[in-house]
This record gives sequence, structure tokens and C-alpha cells, in this order.
Amino acid sequence: MELLYSLCVGVMTFSGVFLCLRGRTFPVVMGLMMLGYAVNLFLFSTGRLSLDGAAILGKSETYADPLPQALVLTAIVIGFAMTAFAVILSMRARADLGNDFVDGKEPPGRPKQSVSRWSSKQ
Amino acid sequence: MSLFWIPILLLIGTLVPKATEGLGRNVCTAITMLAPAVSLSIIASFAPAIFAGDVITDYIEWIPAIGLTLSMRLNGLALLFAFLILGIGLLVIFYARYYLSSKEPVGRFYGFLILFMTAMLSIVLANNLLQLWMAWEITSISSFLLIGFWSAKSESRKGARMALTVTGAGGLALLAGFLLIGDIVGTYDIGVIVDSANTIREHSLYPVVLVLVLIGAFTKSAQFPFHFWLPHAMAAPTPVSAYLHSATMVKAGIFLLALLYPVLAGTELWFLLVSLAGLATFLLGAYVAMFKHDLKGVLAYSTISHLGLITLLLGLNTELAAVVALFHIMNHAVFKASLFMAAGIIDHETGTRDMRELSGLWRFMPYTATLTMVSALSMAGIPLFNGFLSKEMFFAETLEQAVFGSLSWMVPIFATVGGVLSVAYSLRFIQDVFFKGEPEALPKTPKEPPILMMLPIALLAVLCILVGVFPGFMAGDLLAISASTLFPASSLPYYSLSIWHGLNIPLLMSVIAIVGGVVLYINRHPLYRFQFQFNDPDAKLIFEQAMQKLVLYAQKMHNTLDNESLQRYVGLLFLLVIVMTAPPLIMLNNAAGSSPLQSVNGIEIILAAILCIGAIATAILHKQRMTALIAISVVGLVVSITFARFSAPDLALTQLAVEIVTVILLMLALFFLPQKTSADSAPKRVVRDLSIAAVIGGIVATINYAIITRPFETISDFFVENSKTGGGGTNVVNVILVDFRGFDTMGEITVLGIAALGIFKLLTRIPLAMPSANERGIPWTKDIHPPILVMISQSLLPLALLVSAYIFVRGHNMPGGGFIAGLVTSVALIQQYIAHGVKWVTPRIPVNYQSVIAWGVLLAVLTGVGSWAFGKPFLTSWFDYFDIPFIGKTELASALVFDLGVYLTVVGATLLILANLGKLTTEHRPTMEEK
Repeated sequence: MELLYSLCVGVMTFSGVFLCLRGRTFPVVMGLMMLGYAVNLFLFSTGRLSLDGAAILGKSETYADPLPQALVLTAIVIGFAMTAFAVILSMRARADLGNDFVDGKEPPGRPKQSVSRWSSKQ
Repeated sequence: MSLFWIPILLLIGTLVPKATEGLGRNVCTAITMLAPAVSLSIIASFAPAIFAGDVITDYIEWIPAIGLTLSMRLNGLALLFAFLILGIGLLVIFYARYYLSSKEPVGRFYGFLILFMTAMLSIVLANNLLQLWMAWEITSISSFLLIGFWSAKSESRKGARMALTVTGAGGLALLAGFLLIGDIVGTYDIGVIVDSANTIREHSLYPVVLVLVLIGAFTKSAQFPFHFWLPHAMAAPTPVSAYLHSATMVKAGIFLLALLYPVLAGTELWFLLVSLAGLATFLLGAYVAMFKHDLKGVLAYSTISHLGLITLLLGLNTELAAVVALFHIMNHAVFKASLFMAAGIIDHETGTRDMRELSGLWRFMPYTATLTMVSALSMAGIPLFNGFLSKEMFFAETLEQAVFGSLSWMVPIFATVGGVLSVAYSLRFIQDVFFKGEPEALPKTPKEPPILMMLPIALLAVLCILVGVFPGFMAGDLLAISASTLFPASSLPYYSLSIWHGLNIPLLMSVIAIVGGVVLYINRHPLYRFQFQFNDPDAKLIFEQAMQKLVLYAQKMHNTLDNESLQRYVGLLFLLVIVMTAPPLIMLNNAAGSSPLQSVNGIEIILAAILCIGAIATAILHKQRMTALIAISVVGLVVSITFARFSAPDLALTQLAVEIVTVILLMLALFFLPQKTSADSAPKRVVRDLSIAAVIGGIVATINYAIITRPFETISDFFVENSKTGGGGTNVVNVILVDFRGFDTMGEITVLGIAALGIFKLLTRIPLAMPSANERGIPWTKDIHPPILVMISQSLLPLALLVSAYIFVRGHNMPGGGFIAGLVTSVALIQQYIAHGVKWVTPRIPVNYQSVIAWGVLLAVLTGVGSWAFGKPFLTSWFDYFDIPFIGKTELASALVFDLGVYLTVVGATLLILANLGKLTTEHRPTMEEK
């Protein structure tokens, strides 16, 4: 179980980091979201994984650690605010700059093409 | 009266000149002089106690927790310097009233001057090294303002910049030295540091401390090789030069040497470094002064030379040398201040300061000439003037010392040579300006200045003579008490202040200096011819070149690092993450810990596979944005299920609700963004990014695995135990949020509110056109409000609100609470917007979401403040049980009100974001004027 859990966190981090390194705004926003999931699961797991132990008094014998849960709960909400801000910022950037590059301008040396170099039409 | 009143009074005094500028120059000057005069009288009122041997200290606790205390101390040394700073300061203010032309902003000038005075006084009165250092830096800054006062002139700006750079850099070295001292002694209190002198001298870091402190002192006091800034500071108005280079700025370094003399002196290293720097400066300054044609240039180099003399004295290993140094500090301040003022008068009345143009002024300005001659003869060290006394004592000390071992005999010779040079340049100052024929071709016809302008010079000249003739009576006591602070452990060594010590070698040296100086002056022309063969390097040019090189280099470095690409910064940041986290993991032999592993069942494996596929699909398909969005929402759902599986129902609910809101938000945003990423990243970049991502993913997975397979001790037992008894709820997570860690939550909702307001601002008047078709050219449907959706969502609304009310109320005891209830309400309301459109909803929900956020945060804060009313700390919660008819025994907690604040903020923020984003698709675009 622990192995599977950390594997999932790792895969999500991988995807999130890769998306954050893209040059356009929307993938970066998705990357931030993905990293947010990974971080939340990571922090949540510092209270260890326990089954059937919701921290409601009187409902079970042993309780899961409630502290990471409380922290992650607010983190989820703040994460939403951050995602919202980032995506609206990218909209505004597109409106004001006329493109959706993270750097605000076409990167130098980028091949100017609309059709992929690997497409069969060539 | 507390010593702290002195800097406070003077600080108020810095504002006075600007305020009274309009009342006319005389009134302004008089009022400006008030603060220094009162400060001087306060200092003078302490004088009897100081003369009786007391030391006055005052303390104010500043940040006691980290041992920061403001403290001031008035002892003999501080008294001497305070008299010089305030006394000469008053004369300079008075003199400047006549010096500055009527067009110049006298208020600003006086303001800077008083600021500088405050800083200087704070240096000498400080009883804490850090406090002293602060004041030290303020003198650097305020002297920059004073030197660059005529900011329209290029040379003023350059001179000011050079002075600031050199003294500021020295200040940094000094800070390092002070921090080391504080580290060694364990305190910054100067009194304690003086008492633990031996600890410092015997410490292995002593040489480092000494060199750092000396760099600070030498840069300030223009000692070789840092002397080059001082001549360029002569671009300042003359009153500034008179003040900064006689009694204050440059003497700050000397003061520091004297202050730390009991602490740092007494070692071979001190004697060697200090006396070498002093000797070099003394000779260099005196020699260069011979060749300067500008009156202020002569005085500048003469100042350097005299500062070198004082430094040399502090570095000689004889008993009395330091006492003589103090005596010369007094004398130099007096004669140099008056000479600078005289140079200013000559400049003022003739229009030039060039000695090649000036001559024969005696006939036109006999009073000025007489006063100048008194000071100049004092500078030369002629008997009956004060300069003679300290210079002869200096000669005597050079004979006594043995700093350079068997080479020590050379020091008296060098001293005599310096004496010869100073007689020669002083003589030239007198002869070339006041005699030597008739003045020709001067820009102005010379005349005597206003009598009052000469008053400060006259006072100082009289002092030169009085001290010169009655040294014991005039200066004996002050010298004795200031010198005694240099020898805290032992009593003051015996010395005698008098003109006549009998026929001895020092007298012979004086005679040689005077005769040699006259001979040198008469035969100066061959020397000039010799000197002018050399190409004098211009320190200003070299300095500017070095500065520009430095700036260029910095710019180049900056440009290499910063290519304005955020994409690159993120990449570098992630690389740094790898560099910082990988090494400790390599050191860790085995990731798995000792906890027993839990078993996995098939459903969990399937869910994990879905999550991984979703995450990887998002990465692969990110160019087809809508598909990627669907993929990422799958990941979010599995995350929510994960929370539910691992005993976190609150988290699962929150994640689910947030997921819905986020996906709606991103879909709306995607409407306005390109639906597809057209151009591809270069394949090299993709490979690079994939590698970075893979390494970080691996690292995070390893760390996570290492953490969760290790046993741990939680602090949560406290929360579990006190949740019911202290917080009145059985849902521990909720009780933590609204009670134990309520302050955190308050911060969180404030951030949420601010983010929402920021988004609102970003959306106002956004110049984005609404696309009419998708990326494949298929037009968006005209039927934007399908009837089935309208019907269902409308009938769902009451139910959804009821559910959210239920979740809210039960939150304290069961999974739920303000956050989740708020999100559920938001989702229900957003559904109405989607189904009916903004036009339909706006009149039906006449709520301003900004005020909802405000009320929410306010409610949370008020709940917190409310506990003050009961004498409890901020955010203490209260609860009790009530018997309510029909409902039964119910618990009411103040935390519920707090949670209501959370609820309102979440609803307000979510709807402010989404409703305004949705409005972009209609003609109701948000503007700031909207009510």
C-alpha cells in the first residue's frame, strides 16, 4: 500500500513538473494543479495511512492523525484560489500581450510553423 | 536629564530649518542654532560630573528578547568630541549664513548639516557597537548629501559618490569587525568590551578583527591607501569642508581608534599597522600639499597629513603618544576649521581660490589676513600657537618609540621632514595669498567680508593663541579626562603641557622644521619643476573607470543569469530542488523504514492505475487542452477518493467540491484561451524537461515512501483529547480549523478573499474578444440555456442549499463545516448561472460578493476579538449546551460564528471569481464602477 501510494505521488509530481516547464500558460496552470494534488497527498500522508479511523470522536477505536488533515483542508481551498488566480492572470496576459506564452513573447529560435515537422503531409 | 534627549532634540532640529526657511535667513539661522546650542548646554551641564571622574550611561531596552539595548555613554573622550562637534558646528552654521548666496536653499543645507551633526554625536555618545555603527553609516550618507549639495556640478556628484563608496565600503568591513567582537565578548556594550580587552587580544580571531576595524577607521579618516576620496570631497561648499574635515567626519575614524585603543591596542600588530599607515599618510599628505594651487586643495592634503600624524601617534608604543594624539585632535580641529572658513572668505571676496592668481591681499583684507595667519602659523607649528605644542610633543614621542625595532631611529627623521613640509606649505598659504606683489586680474575686487562672517574665525584664532600660550589652563583638564578613558586600567601617565621644556632634541627638531620649511619655500621652484615631470594620475578618473567596469561586469553577470524567460527560471528552480534534495537521499542507504507495510487490494490497484494514467495523459495530451482538462479532473476525483479511503472524510468532501468549481473555472477560461497549443517545444527541450520531471518525481516518491514507512510520534493526541472538552466538538479536524488553529484559518480566508479581489481586478475591462467558434471552426451553439438543465438545476437549488446548511451545522461534530458548506453552496449557485445565464441570476441574487467576503472576514475577526470582552486571549472559543424547544438539547459554540465567517468568505470568493468570469461571455462585463 505504502509503495503504491508513493508511486502515485511520484507520478503526479512528474506530470506536474513537466507541465510547469511548458512554455504556454494553460499547461502551466494545469501543472500547478497537478503539483497541488501531489503536495496535498504528500502532506496528508505524513500522518501515515490509516483505514477506518476518521477523526470523529467515538466513531472508532484508533484515529487517523487529524492535524495534517486540517492543514491539507485549508491547502486545498488556497490551492483553488491560486489556480484561479493563475488562470485569470494568463487570460489577462493573453488579452494584454496578444499571446499565451509564459514569457510574454515568442521564444527566440522557435521554428515558426503551424504544422508539425513530423506530420505526414510533408 | 537623559542623554537620549540629545539625539532626539537634534533630530527635531533637522526639520526646523526647512520649516523656518520662509522667515528669512537670519531667523532661520538663529532657530537652527537653537537645537545644537541646547544640546551643547546639556553636555556642558554634565561636564562637572565627568571632570570629577564619573561616566554617565543611560539605557533603553529596545528588543530585550534578543539582547538589543540602546545605550548612551558620556565619558571624557565623548565629552571632548561632543564639544568639538557642537562647538565648531555652531560656528559653521553661523558662518554658512553669510557664505551661501541668497538663491541657495539654506533650509535644506542646514537640515543636512544638523542631520550630520546628530549622526556624529550619536557615534561619540554610543555605548553599543551596533548603535555606533548605525550612526557611522548615517554620517556616510549625510556627508554624501552635504558634499553633493551643489548637485548641478559634475565634480560635486562624483566627489560625493566617491566619498560614499569608500566610507560606505569601509563601514561594511567595520560591521564585520564589530560582529566578530560581539561574538567574542558576547555583548555589544562598549563598557563591557573595554573591560574584556584581554579576551579579545588573546583570541585567535584578533588579527581579523583588528584589520576589519582598521579598514573602517582608515577609510573614514582618509588614511593611506584610502586617502584619495578626501581631496575630491572639497567640491562641497566650504562650510561643509570646514566642518567635515576639521572636527567631524574624518575625526570619526580617529575617534574609533581612540575608543577601541584600550581594547585593540597594545599588540605588535596594532603598532605596526597603525603607525605605518599613519606615517605614510603624514608624509604623503604633507608632500602633495606643497604642490596644490587650490587653497582648499592645500588644506585637504594638509588635513590628510595631520590625520596621518594623529594616527601615527596612536600607533606609537610609548606611554604618552595617545595623549598627544588627543591633544592634536583638539588643536587640529580648531586651526583647520578656521583655515577652511578663511579659504571660503577669500574665495567669496575675490572669486578664486587659485594661489597662482591670488597675491597681495594684505592691503585689501588686513583683518582676514591676520586671522588666517594665526591659524596658518598654528598649522605650521610655530611657537605661541597651539599647533606648536602638540607638534613638539609629537617629535618627543617619535624619539621615545621603538615600533620598527632597529629601524625606529628613522621615524624622528621622517617626522622632521613632515614638519619641514608643513612649514613650507603653511608659509606658501600666507605668502602667496596675502603678500607677493599686487593682485592682478582677479574676478572680483577684493574687500573685507562682513564683520560677522569673520566672527567664527576670530573666535577660533583666539583659541589658537590662548591654548598656545596657556595650554594647561585652557585645555589641561579636558585633555586629562579624555586621555584617562584611554587608560582604563592604569592611571594617566605624567606629562606637562607648556611652551618651554628647555633646550632639548624636540626643540631642535622644531627649529630644523621651521628653518628647513623657510628654505624649502624659497627654493620651491626646482622642486616644482621636478614634480611636474610626473603625470599626476587623476584619482577621480581612475575611480570612475573602476566603478564603470564594476557596473558593466555586474550588468553582464545579470544579463547572463536573467534572460527574462520565466520558463527558464522555473527550470533552474527545479534543478536547484534536485541539487538540494538528492545528496541527502544518496546518503540514505535504505528508503524503507521499519513500520509494517499494509496490504493492497484490487480496487486500490485499479484506482492507482487510473490516477497514474490520468496524470500521464494530462502531460502527454497537454496540447489538446480540453482533453487534458478532462484527464486532470479524473486525477482530482481519484485524489478525493484517496482521502475518503484513508479516513479523511472532510478532505474528500472538500476536494470533490473544489474539483467541480476548478473544472468549471478552467473550462470557462479555456473559452478565452487558445484551445490548442500550436507550436511544439524543441525536442531537446522536451527531453530535458522530461528528465528533470522524472528525477523530481522519483525524489518525491522516495521521500514520501521513506516518511510513511517510518514510525512517528504525533502531537495530535493533544487535539484528540481536548477536542470535545476544550473545543466542544467531536470532529477533530473541524475543531482544529475553527478553534485550536483558528488564527491560521483566519489567515487562510483572508488570503482567499484577497485572491478573489485580485482576480476581480484582473477581469475588469479585460480586452478579450469572445470567440464565436471552436478551434475547428464549428460555431458554438446558440442554445446556451438548455431547458432540461434549467428545470433540474432550479429544482435542485433548495435541496442543495438545505444540504449545505446541514453540512455546515453538523460540521463541528461530523464531517463538514464552513469550508465544505461554502463550496457546496457555491456549486449550487454556479449551476444557476450556467443554466440561466447572468442576466437571469443577477436580479434574483442581489448580493455584492465583495461585501460577502468582507463580512465573512469581519465576522471571523469579530469572533476572535469577542473573546477579549471576556478577558480571554484572541480567538478563545466558548460553548455551552442549551435546551431549545422542538430541537432538544443543542450545543452552541462561538466557533460556529467563526465558521460562518469562513462559510461566507468561501461563498463570496468563489462566486466573485466565477460569476465575473462568466459575465465576460455576456454584455455585463465587470467594471470597477459596478455597484
